[in-house]
Amino acid sequence: MGNQAISTDPFEKIWRFFSSVRLTIVLLLSLAATSIIGTLIPQNESPQAYLQAFGASLYRFFDLLGFLDLYHSWWFQTLMLLLALNVLICSINRLSATWRIIFPERPKFNLSRFRQLEPKEEFTQNSSGEDLQKRYQAIISRIFRYCRVEKTDNGYVIFGEKGRWTRIGVYIVHLSVICMLVGGVIGSRFGFEGYVNLAPGEAAQQIQLRNRNQTLALDFAIRCDDFKVSFYPNGAPQEFRSSLSIIEQGNVVKSQDIIVNDPLHYKGISIFQASYGPLPSRKQDAQNPDELTLVFTSKSTGMNYQKKAAIGQTIKIPEDLGKFTVDEFRNSYIFRGQDLGATIVGTLHQSDGAALEIVLPIQFPSFDKMGPIFNKARKDDVLISVSGIKAQPAEERYFTGLQVSRDPGVWVVYTGFILIIVGCYVTFFMSHRQVCVDIIESGRNCRIVVTGTVNKNKLGNERKVKKIADRLTNDSSQT
Amino acid sequence: MSGSFILSVVTFIYGLAGFLYVCTWIFRKQVFGKVATWIALVGLIGNTAGILLRWIESYQLGIGHAPFSNLYESLVFFAWVIVLIYLIIERKIENRIIGAFTIPIACLVMAYASLKPGITSTIQPLIPALKSNWLIAHVITCFIGYASFALAFGVSAMYLMKKGRDDQPIVWVEIVKPLILFIFATLFSRVLFVHSWVFAVIVAIPICLAFFGIVFFARNLPAQSKARLLDRFPETRILDELGYQLILLGFLFLSVGIITGAVWANSAWGRYWGWDPKETWSLITWFVYATLLHARLMRGWHGKRIAFLSMLGFAAVLFTYFGVNLLPGLHSYGAM
Repeated sequence: MGNQAISTDPFEKIWRFFSSVRLTIVLLLSLAATSIIGTLIPQNESPQAYLQAFGASLYRFFDLLGFLDLYHSWWFQTLMLLLALNVLICSINRLSATWRIIFPERPKFNLSRFRQLEPKEEFTQNSSGEDLQKRYQAIISRIFRYCRVEKTDNGYVIFGEKGRWTRIGVYIVHLSVICMLVGGVIGSRFGFEGYVNLAPGEAAQQIQLRNRNQTLALDFAIRCDDFKVSFYPNGAPQEFRSSLSIIEQGNVVKSQDIIVNDPLHYKGISIFQASYGPLPSRKQDAQNPDELTLVFTSKSTGMNYQKKAAIGQTIKIPEDLGKFTVDEFRNSYIFRGQDLGATIVGTLHQSDGAALEIVLPIQFPSFDKMGPIFNKARKDDVLISVSGIKAQPAEERYFTGLQVSRDPGVWVVYTGFILIIVGCYVTFFMSHRQVCVDIIESGRNCRIVVTGTVNKNKLGNERKVKKIADRLTNDSSQT
Repeated sequence: MSGSFILSVVTFIYGLAGFLYVCTWIFRKQVFGKVATWIALVGLIGNTAGILLRWIESYQLGIGHAPFSNLYESLVFFAWVIVLIYLIIERKIENRIIGAFTIPIACLVMAYASLKPGITSTIQPLIPALKSNWLIAHVITCFIGYASFALAFGVSAMYLMKKGRDDQPIVWVEIVKPLILFIFATLFSRVLFVHSWVFAVIVAIPICLAFFGIVFFARNLPAQSKARLLDRFPETRILDELGYQLILLGFLFLSVGIITGAVWANSAWGRYWGWDPKETWSLITWFVYATLLHARLMRGWHGKRIAFLSMLGFAAVLFTYFGVNLLPGLHSYGAM
């Protein structure tokens, strides 16, 4: 800027503020430093959890500063916005200044500048300048995309260059950053992120929005037809698989199994296998035991007889002590206000012909000893107990946790991803390279001076110039 | 012979190679260096074989997956990339002293993977979230990035040694220096050895004192022996440029690593960015190195300042890799 008067135009002041690289460095380091806070304080927990962890005053302080949802707080978003503006304005500023350099109508070469350049490779050849010029031009135009020959006072000069366009690389990177930020904004403005838990057989059209106490109605319903969890022998989960159907106006329009990493997409909305959880076990309809072992104790002989039986079965009690029918299995049995737990209820057909209801709580094998005491009709010639029941273990049932989200910005972000990879590669590892082959005729010989410049990785330049010089020498020696 | 066994042998091979590189440096005998290169190459081949064997073994166990699925496997791959990139640099620069500062890193990484209790070297089946081709792309790119940064760290350390004390020290650097060292030492001991922060701070103090003791001792060496230790180092401008090139490589791969992770997260959980601590720390690392690049390219920072920023960046890398396991988050399967 030098002797330019400092402008008082506020717009220009702002423009200059945003076009400084110092601002970039301050912003990048501020973003890095403040991001740390959000990794130390768990984000988006419930107020109760925070109160418990930090106490009331610290919680209020953190909440005030936005530390509890730091990455969405106004000041963090402002930092990001400033960074975006900084990147944008810096790029516009510099690109407008360098546009002519990157896309010139005709590349300029300044011979006197090249003649002063280091590194320099020199050699002499025993041929005419015109001959060398023709041969070298062929080689240079093979290596460099742009090649031009000029006549000098005492010979020829061949200029070659390539990769001028790679100077645009850094702007591709900057554009990619803008893309990602814009994509993120589109996603948060026009997308949503929600979840819904479904038990097998259930369907839902309403989903719960994440981090917001709101529900959202979809245009279609999601039905979970089936959900399966499988485990490895070591107990680690192997696969979560939900069979889903999309139902629109009563019709199934799409059916698909989803697993983690393989979501379902429908009308711009994606459904992901996000979590699962056990359904509350339903004790009321626990399965009937398949088989139970009854023990009949005869009072007169003192013998214990074990008999296997199933629900509904009637068995003969040994020693002609009557018959016993297993009527039902109950998960709980209330006896005088007390729950006796799992209980078998049966009917005893005594040898005298009376039929009596018998209660056999599984946890209390001696319960039947009280039978004759409570019921006068009960003979005390046989006592019954249950020594064991066998039932298929009730299959554990799970609900599936589905993430339902829509993000119209994702393609903008992905464009940014591709641009940043391409841009970084071009910026870091490709360069604008120029070479100058100066053919100076002196008598019957020619002195050749090769110099080159590159806009980055100057260390490698020395080797490259040497390589080109070697190629030129070898070519001459072959002929 | 199992993959894990070969890999534990490789630890010793790297240790031997590192030792010989240090010998070349101290005793100035080129023959040690030549042997060291060959031994490092044998180590690299063993490392490769170990990784491939684990791959095959996982298929024999019926849970076939690429060997990049837990902390042990990632550490082994980390060491592999460090040695590979180092050997390429050695060929290009034709200087073996860098090996004295980088191969020991690879040896430490392998030793840590094998010896740290709680890091299991058994091949485990993949949990559902990890069953994705993005896993391979993500792990490979991330660790090429991390390894480049680790090498840049070693090269920066060499640069600082070669450069020696400034005649006019920069004030902020002088203040930040012991601070970075202390943070480094604390993080290192907390993350790698001890289980409480208080204890880590107590361990960090003697580490810092020992470090400054060595620096003090080195500064008071007779000028002649100091020169003898440093004259085989590559020139400072080469070290500076090499460190910078490594950071460029690291930055590109870190970017690709973050991106593959984001695309994977989007297919697994329906969001490409969730500010989970690991994601956030990788972004912090990215910010630090982005700062370095802008400072160098646009503000002309060179030499020491860049070397210190490179070290700060590597501290962020280490925290992204190990430290985040102390924080709650989704990347828990990368934990021990």
